[in-house]
Amino acid sequence: MDRQGNKYTFLYASVMVIVVATILAFVAEALGPIQKQNEEEAKMIDILKSVSIESTTANVADKYEEYIGDKSYIVNYEGDRQDASPQAAFNVDLSKEVRKPLPERQYPVYECHLDNGEVKYILPVRGKGLWGPIWGYIALNQDKQTIFGATFDHKGETPGLGAEIANDAFQQQFKGKSIFDDEELVSVQVVKGGAPDDAPHSVDAISGGTITSQGLETMLMNYFNGYEAFLKK
Amino acid sequence: MSSEKEPLFSSKNLKLITTPLGAQNPITVQVLGICSALAVTAKLEPSIVMSLSVVFVLVFSNLIISLLRNTIPSRIRIIVQLTVVASLVILVDQILKAFAYEVSKQLSVFVGLIITNCIIMGRLEAFALGNKPWPAVLDGIGNSAGYGLILIIVGFVRELFGTGNLTFPGFGEVQIVPDIMYEWGYVNNGLMILPPMALITVGIIIWVQRSKNKDLVDVS
Repeated sequence: MDRQGNKYTFLYASVMVIVVATILAFVAEALGPIQKQNEEEAKMIDILKSVSIESTTANVADKYEEYIGDKSYIVNYEGDRQDASPQAAFNVDLSKEVRKPLPERQYPVYECHLDNGEVKYILPVRGKGLWGPIWGYIALNQDKQTIFGATFDHKGETPGLGAEIANDAFQQQFKGKSIFDDEELVSVQVVKGGAPDDAPHSVDAISGGTITSQGLETMLMNYFNGYEAFLKK
Repeated sequence: MSSEKEPLFSSKNLKLITTPLGAQNPITVQVLGICSALAVTAKLEPSIVMSLSVVFVLVFSNLIISLLRNTIPSRIRIIVQLTVVASLVILVDQILKAFAYEVSKQLSVFVGLIITNCIIMGRLEAFALGNKPWPAVLDGIGNSAGYGLILIIVGFVRELFGTGNLTFPGFGEVQIVPDIMYEWGYVNNGLMILPPMALITVGIIIWVQRSKNKDLVDVS
């Protein structure tokens, strides 16, 4: 056949596309379950990290079962507990919820009972960074207003700049901050140029990561607003 | 071309690996692949992982295109190359997600960006289309290693002077500049982790290389 002719070109392109599509579909299908498990484990590790429980992929399932297990539920904007299984609460997909207006979202709460008997409320948050989504888990003390711990992660923020929100040094700052000033919700401000050490509602922003820092601040305000009714109960 | 069988590592073949490391370096001499060299080099770890991913993609795309070189219709060759590269990149991404989830989270969008890496299309077009599979593989190793070498040097310099630490895959962050230096008044240069410094660092490497090897200097 003429290698430069139209017929050969079309045939070549079609065969190539079919072969490539088959290979990729097969790979995606075969690796899918492993990837899903990885994602779930990573989510559990993140949730537990917000209450300073370190875990690895090997033991995270057991630890999650021990500390949180079926003590997770979904609340609505009014702060009422919904009729949903713990599994459903774990599976709430924030990337979809975040597109809905605040009153229509589902708000999962992961209740964690620590070894010393204290109860922590872990709330997932999600928002926008500079290049893509950022998300995290905020653990609140029993008073539902002091932050016990926080962890953040991101899809593709700039390494060394915005990506620093995933670093311990940044996350540690959130410990002990209060999100209410008397009865008023103030969330946590991310302050450019540095927040004073004893500031009750603010932390240092990341130099060079202004847009990520602002996105993080908006994300927190947004989600605390959504949880406000639940937190005041 | 002679019909005599050439030894696998003849001096001609070895040159395919060694020249891209120096006199034909894709970044410092051909000035290709600058975009990703700037984007991922704020830390050492993503630089290393990115280099390894590019090695994989370039070696295999060179090999596949070289095997197919006599069948590819020349009018759609760029599309064929792009399809091969894109499929390999998706494959790398999927495999990393399944078996090295942590690494895949760190690389995230940058894996996808390998598709647009000019070095890969450049080597396919300039070399793999006209050469046998084995030299094509060696050319792939050489060029991706030349790319990786610069990436790692830049990542090393930027992270060390920007944060005082170095991150290695599997080990995490290691503090290199001792605390006592900070007590004496040493300050990290925050500018180093901003993108412009990647360009300046690459510029300095180019300058050093050209002052050592006068052949590279453009006298026109």
